[in-house]
Amino acid sequence: MDDLHELYQEVILEHHKRPRNFRALPQCSHRAAGHNPLCGDEVEVYLAVRDGRIAEVTFQGQGCAISRASASLMTEVLTGKRIEEAHKVFAQVKDALTGNAPEAGMDEIGELAALQGVRRFPARIKCATLPWHAFEAALDGTRRVSTEG
Amino acid sequence: MLVDNAQEIAPETLAEVRGAFPILGQKIGDHPLVYLDNAATTQKPLAVIDAVTRYYREDNANIHRGVHALSQRATSAYEDARAAVARFIGAPDTRQIVFTRGTTEAVNLVAWSFARPRLKKGDVILLTEMEHHANIVPWQLVAEATGARVVPAPVTDAGEVDMDAFRKLLEREPVALAAFVYISNSLGTVNPVETMLAAARAAGVPTLVDAAQAVSQRPVDVAALDCDFLAFSGHKLFGPTGIGVLYGKQAHLEAMPPYQGGGDMIANVSFAGTTFKGPPERFEAGTPHIAGVVGLGAAVEWFEAQPRERLWAHEDALVRRATEGLAGIDGVRIVGTAREKASVVSFLLADAHPHDIGTFLDAEGIAIRAGHHCCQPLMTRYGITGTARASFSIYNTMEEADRLVTAVRRVARFFS
Repeated sequence: MDDLHELYQEVILEHHKRPRNFRALPQCSHRAAGHNPLCGDEVEVYLAVRDGRIAEVTFQGQGCAISRASASLMTEVLTGKRIEEAHKVFAQVKDALTGNAPEAGMDEIGELAALQGVRRFPARIKCATLPWHAFEAALDGTRRVSTEG
Repeated sequence: MLVDNAQEIAPETLAEVRGAFPILGQKIGDHPLVYLDNAATTQKPLAVIDAVTRYYREDNANIHRGVHALSQRATSAYEDARAAVARFIGAPDTRQIVFTRGTTEAVNLVAWSFARPRLKKGDVILLTEMEHHANIVPWQLVAEATGARVVPAPVTDAGEVDMDAFRKLLEREPVALAAFVYISNSLGTVNPVETMLAAARAAGVPTLVDAAQAVSQRPVDVAALDCDFLAFSGHKLFGPTGIGVLYGKQAHLEAMPPYQGGGDMIANVSFAGTTFKGPPERFEAGTPHIAGVVGLGAAVEWFEAQPRERLWAHEDALVRRATEGLAGIDGVRIVGTAREKASVVSFLLADAHPHDIGTFLDAEGIAIRAGHHCCQPLMTRYGITGTARASFSIYNTMEEADRLVTAVRRVARFFS
């Protein structure tokens, strides 16, 4: 049960129940859908980029507690970041979630560290990375991205 | 014939059946394994594991054309299994049993060798909304190649095929073939296949029955059903993965061109032209999964020796117990409430996503499945992306059904 409680920390549950920036962004400059064909979950990420800076990030869609909390946390941490900083955050998050980084590696990204519990649940890592892949796809101009290549 | 005092199956009978499955005795972490993912694959009794092991230890050789002792033993084992399968589903002739990789390959074989040559532009392939992707996608591929259309008969809110709509489609559309599932893997609905097959016959429409779930849940008799084709997989019938069966009416199989070309399916090969063997060899190109066939034969024989009616009644009681228990939890919605159901309880929990439920149950040693169960069109029909699905088999116990309910109640509390 300890692994389970580490996965479903208060922060995760709180963001799952009250996701931040959970809405469409009609005036967005970028958007993309992330799709996980294994479960059918889909998340749409919207960005408003102004002068190389992410002015606003929102998301919508169906998902489990892990993907929803990850998306919610993502919108908070990316708001106001410069594009190159945002890419760096994603790289750090990906490393931390897939177990390629020491656990302490996420301290600098604050609440996102709560997502680290997922590394002990290999079947759930894609739930956590789904919104991030959609975010990257939006910046790249890809309309739709899948967790299954 | 199902008996009434199902719940009271003799404990020693159940213990004996359960004891035949070595995998069930293990713990997951600190918890005894509760295996409730039987619609995905069933576990294997010792009789099957031993048959496969014995085959590799004692009889392994390539089949047919071998003059040596091992090849003859392997060939006998392979063909004996074919006879066992024919008897098990009531096929009049062993030549009507074609071994495939599974239900999926059996459907593909019928789609390409039977349907494709006869499909014309505008023809309709009639399915239902509750089909598994394995009984949708092969038809879409041949439809694309021929200009035919795939049309699903609608499913009611309860998860039953809308029979009026099914009949109307047969009457009004140029239906060239009807393919439908016997027992739904995602809802547990037992379809009225006899009625559906009679309606198709009356319209002169050939039929394929997807019996992947049904062969372990109901007596299946192809002669009584009078379907044109029937497909199932070994691994959902206590047998090995990678082996399945296509049953076909002899006249169809005789007339169908090969599905794949290769060794063992030819009468004579020359660069001027090749002639093919008759069925079933015509459809079994290359060295087949001999060990799988041997294991499937052992599975069929093991299953036939069990008190199947009593075990099915016991399983129905498990489904009722789990359904009632889960339905009593605040926020639980049962998906699929057909009048006749088997094995499966699909459900949703208001505040928890199916994947979260699955992860929580796994931490207590309870194996269920979460997701769309390869039935995305059906999920779309219900406006959901997936469900949590517990699926029972003959070796599950009342205590396991209760543990599922208790664990889901805990998940509900955690997320509320």
